[in-house]
Amino acid sequence: MGAMLPVLFLMDISLGSVWIPLSETLRVLSGEEAEKTTWGIILLQFRLPRACTALLVGSGLGVSGILMQTLFRNPMAGPFVLGISSGASLGVALIVLTMGTLSGIAAYTLSTWTIVLAGSTGAALVLVMVVSVSAKIRDSMSLLIIGLMFASVTGAIVSVLQFFSTAEQIQQYLVWTFGSLGALDWEELALFSPVVFLGLLVSYAHIKPLNALLLGERYAESIGIRMSRVRLGIIGATSLLAGSITAFCGPIAFVGLAVPHLIRLLFNTSDHRLLLPAIALGGANIMLFCDMLAQLPGSEQRLPINAVTALFGAPVVIWLVVRKRNIGNTL
Amino acid sequence: MTISHRTMDGKIRTTSKKYALQTNNLSVGYKHKKKAHVILSSMDVTMAYGELVCFMGQNGVGKSTLLRTLSGIQPPLAGKVWLGDKDIASLSKKDIAQQLSLVLTEQVPAANLSVYELLTLGRYPYLGWDIRLSSQDRELIDRAIALTHIETLLAQKLHTLSDGQRQKAMIARALVQDCSVMVLDEPTAHLDLNNRIEIVLLLKQLSKEVNKAILMATHELDLALQVADRLWLAHSDGPLLTGIPEDLVLNGGLDDTFRLKGYDLKTGRITYRTTQHLSVHIQGRGYAYLWTKNALERNGYPLVSSSDGAEVSVLLTGTEESPLWQVVDEKTGNKPMLEVDTVEKLLTLLSTGFPWTV
Repeated sequence: MGAMLPVLFLMDISLGSVWIPLSETLRVLSGEEAEKTTWGIILLQFRLPRACTALLVGSGLGVSGILMQTLFRNPMAGPFVLGISSGASLGVALIVLTMGTLSGIAAYTLSTWTIVLAGSTGAALVLVMVVSVSAKIRDSMSLLIIGLMFASVTGAIVSVLQFFSTAEQIQQYLVWTFGSLGALDWEELALFSPVVFLGLLVSYAHIKPLNALLLGERYAESIGIRMSRVRLGIIGATSLLAGSITAFCGPIAFVGLAVPHLIRLLFNTSDHRLLLPAIALGGANIMLFCDMLAQLPGSEQRLPINAVTALFGAPVVIWLVVRKRNIGNTL
Repeated sequence: MTISHRTMDGKIRTTSKKYALQTNNLSVGYKHKKKAHVILSSMDVTMAYGELVCFMGQNGVGKSTLLRTLSGIQPPLAGKVWLGDKDIASLSKKDIAQQLSLVLTEQVPAANLSVYELLTLGRYPYLGWDIRLSSQDRELIDRAIALTHIETLLAQKLHTLSDGQRQKAMIARALVQDCSVMVLDEPTAHLDLNNRIEIVLLLKQLSKEVNKAILMATHELDLALQVADRLWLAHSDGPLLTGIPEDLVLNGGLDDTFRLKGYDLKTGRITYRTTQHLSVHIQGRGYAYLWTKNALERNGYPLVSSSDGAEVSVLLTGTEESPLWQVVDEKTGNKPMLEVDTVEKLLTLLSTGFPWTV
């Protein structure tokens, strides 16, 4: 998998609506001038940041997916079960769907930063609510239900907002929900990547409680794990990862759910010491692969990344469930 | 705590004994809307090192609540729990985990864990964040494997194990935790008879070989009476009774707790009601005598101790390997006796009517 990563990375940045020979791509990457200056610009300003984004998004979603699956001991949990994406959606919807009407500013003038800010604020607010409610309850299962309820509420509010919005506003909101890996330039990546790296580090710092959680919360406590603190740590790492990814790239489905299962099947282990790095790598690979699929070969069009991950992810999940019969056994 | 006893030469000797676990005036229960619901109260119990304690009582008397309190999961409503010489309330989760290990009734959700991986989890109270096992950790794991005889299971995933194997693995994991106290909540539930006996004997052996205080909540009265060093009997209306099994049988403590119907604790047997009119006297010894008696009692024949008051006498003849039963009609003293070679035939003979016309 480690060897696949540079290959997929190269393939991803070689493919696109403009054909750039592999030798030229390598030359640009090694810091030299390309044969055509436009090729250099395309590679350095568009494709490279997009491939880097794909790496970060894939790793982050995969890892936050397994954090949630292990915390809730539920194979169907994913990065967004705590309502993070619903919160972000609500934030973005509030900005995109009401901005034009309130201030007269045309919706399309909203910058990436505004949307990122709206998304992360929304995600953070919902998360704070979920966590403060979770402080009152003792078990993680209730937390899962509360996350789902918050998701329903925010979904309803977004529907109401859409009902009162113009077609242009709704379209801009929809474009955001499609997800995009290409919205980030180097400046935004400079903020995005440290946040994702921090999230990955915090996740890896939790390998011990994660492994202990394999026995269930009561056993975990009996071998010295402080569940209340650990639950917050795991939720914190998930929020950093899933929250920042949703804010910058939109809600990207299925990667967080499917990648942990794929890696578990591949390695046949539950040990998080191995699983976390493997999932980070695997997630990055799969995201690059999905990004290549999204760029329809030989066409100018680019499919929404969210559609590609779901088209790819759903059959994988179905295949897994059919093959494993009892998918709970692999957790 | 000190214990005084008189030695053979008549002197009084006192020995001081340190307990692995001890409670002072402990009350357990739960708080609901700031109101305390006491389930078991004023308990002063002790567990010595190397002691296997069976904790019994009917469902719903608060066994689980007491276990949770003793293992520091739930705070006591009053009183204190001492782990060694420390108040459990003053210990962190990690400190408790180094002194008390648990085997719970709940199924472990991690079915894809191998047995060896499960055992390494037992070392977690001693490991840092990167969970690196030292050679000493591995030695302790190997020792637990040897003690529980699970060498052949190590590579297997948990979901492939039988119930008995899984329970042994869970006990091995608790052993790896290297604590002075081990608490098990109904470790023999869902097991068949063979596995039950194996698990209970394993716990008994561990308490002696590794000098652990083992507390086991159980419903297995017959097994508990035979292996437990001490019983704790929880009662819905009354104090917790403790003592060695034999004392609790003789002083009626067990009867009060279980209110058994149709079971005579003092003989350890079911009490049979007589349903037949034919009184029988059995004459003989050995296993054949024992099981003939069992068969007749089970079928409701009143047994009498001498042939004088009996209507029928059964005389055991033959050898230990091939016993024979001779039936004598005591009323007529008829000597032509009937002889059968199985218990079943004897029962048929007795039930087909008396007196027989030969």
